[in-house]
Amino acid sequence: MTVIDPGIGTPTLWFEDVVAGDELSELVKHPDTRQLVMYAGAAQDFVPIHYDLNVAQAAGHPTVIVHGALKSAWLAELIAGWMGPTGRLVELDVSYRAIDFPGGSATCFGKVTETRVEKGIGLVELEIGVRNPEGVVTTPGRALVALPIKASF
Amino acid sequence: MTASETSASNGITEDIRSFIGIESDPVTYEIERHAVERFACAVGDPNPLYTDEIAARKSSYGGLIAPPTFVRSLLPGAYPKPYPEPFAHILDGGSEYRFHEPVRVGDRITVTRKIIDIFQKQGRLGTMLFRVSVISYVNQLGQVAASQTTTTITYGTGEKDLGIDGH
Repeated sequence: MTVIDPGIGTPTLWFEDVVAGDELSELVKHPDTRQLVMYAGAAQDFVPIHYDLNVAQAAGHPTVIVHGALKSAWLAELIAGWMGPTGRLVELDVSYRAIDFPGGSATCFGKVTETRVEKGIGLVELEIGVRNPEGVVTTPGRALVALPIKASF
Repeated sequence: MTASETSASNGITEDIRSFIGIESDPVTYEIERHAVERFACAVGDPNPLYTDEIAARKSSYGGLIAPPTFVRSLLPGAYPKPYPEPFAHILDGGSEYRFHEPVRVGDRITVTRKIIDIFQKQGRLGTMLFRVSVISYVNQLGQVAASQTTTTITYGTGEKDLGIDGH
């Protein structure tokens, strides 16, 4: 017997259902030093400012700092959660303008800025970012995703 | 403005400038299931496409894939000569990813990094050296699965804490 899993095999978000101005459900992360060490190991990123307090303080920070690339990974998670398994992330641009620290929150947000069809593919432009507990956008970015078109199914 | 004009106007040394256009030795990685799991777990990303073989098999991908930015963990190889880093501290300026093909568990991905620009700027941290590289990730079918344009910023003097700069 084949069990159909509607959560992963069928589109959960169609191109036709998306309009400019739509907002993605926010993804709130609470990074701690344990997560930074896990990410350092998983990503093979051993720059000591992410786990060595002395190094971080010598560089003028109150504590160790969150990897920029970890914030990029959260933004990719945010987008995948919104578009579902049949959407495709095509482009992801992320700029690390300010530092985030463990112990705080990192709120990942996104908004649809444009939709268009190119060569039969439904493309959606997103403005994305990470906001710190003070409400400052530390990590602005943009993304382009491809969504399935109902008419083509 | 071309890359070389930018560099020439910023007072970087000839030695550093000679790295513009240089490519790292290619390194090939086999994409292991547990490496993907560890990455997804570290990010805190519960997406079953990365860890649940049965769910992933039923998806349009037909099997386990890696999270988009997993390619970050595939460190590029060395340059033909050692890079003469003049500064002590390092910051990641950002990345621009382009995704063309999914990276699947079992793929063999060849990583090459090319420096496309190096320039200096004055900023809040004093003199900052910007190094822009394009890292390409090519799968065993010869397809460019992804590329990453990344900006590395170095600054400051004193004891170096650059770690392993594989990014």
